[in-house]
Amino acid sequence: MSDQHDQRLERLLGPTDMEVGCDECFDRLDEYVEIELAGLDADAAVPGLRAHLVGCPACREEHDALLALAGEDRD
Amino acid sequence: MIGTAADYPRLRMGQSDARSSEVWLEALRSQGPQRDQAISDLHALLLRAARFEVRRRPAALSHVRGEALEDIALQAADDALIAVLAKLDQYRGASRFTTWAYKFALLEAGVKLRRRAWQGREIVLEPEAWPAFADRGASAQERLEGEELLRALRAAIDEDLTPHQRTVFVALALSQVPIDVLAERLGTTRGALYKTLHDARRKLRAALSAGGYVEGTILQESS
Repeated sequence: MSDQHDQRLERLLGPTDMEVGCDECFDRLDEYVEIELAGLDADAAVPGLRAHLVGCPACREEHDALLALAGEDRD
Repeated sequence: MIGTAADYPRLRMGQSDARSSEVWLEALRSQGPQRDQAISDLHALLLRAARFEVRRRPAALSHVRGEALEDIALQAADDALIAVLAKLDQYRGASRFTTWAYKFALLEAGVKLRRRAWQGREIVLEPEAWPAFADRGASAQERLEGEELLRALRAAIDEDLTPHQRTVFVALALSQVPIDVLAERLGTTRGALYKTLHDARRKLRAALSAGGYVEGTILQESS
């Protein structure tokens, strides 16, 4: 199977890693983002959130926006 | 250098940040003019976040007038203010208060913008647009593999998913309908839909894995 097939299929089938749901993602998103901004290991601190961002475009958009906005506050 | 999660509690919040969050909480829990001012300041903060989100995605909303976008931002800030005040006791201090508050405005703005972008668009709940697993320039072998994979995927969708799982998977994964838009049209929540999508993906991965098309199993269910 080619890499091209693999990538498209994996996108459809979503992450295989342990994954939180949308509600827990929202509950812990602010904490996760601030750990990222502090340069620490957010994935270890909030297991399963990164995998959820891979599988859920809406939560990923909100993560990216919060990371950018909270990052502005630190500048 | 990336630190470890164990470093985080010590480093996550500078003293001035912590004090600032406490000032916010104290003012919002006070009475009279001090609380009124705090609520006004909080609304301004949330409006800034909502406008930030509106500005981030101009391409998807190029057909929406500027006034309408400002209305969306204002409505998002209003709704986020209500949510933040209702959930003030749930703020645990795991982040700055402002970061915690921002996420409510970003959520409200994101949902409203996605719904606005899909306003009037029909959601196709039957699979019409199947993914092309081989590009135009692919080799004959790759095209054959792509067709075989597509057949296996279609068979798994038809045979292994419940009707509801099929509807949700086709809309979200194949047709890329935003999850909030589908939730609104089906009268359910984002969390419930994602759980259904997760279960559908797990079944499809198992079926395709059995056929040798994909590796791996999902480690844990989404909650």
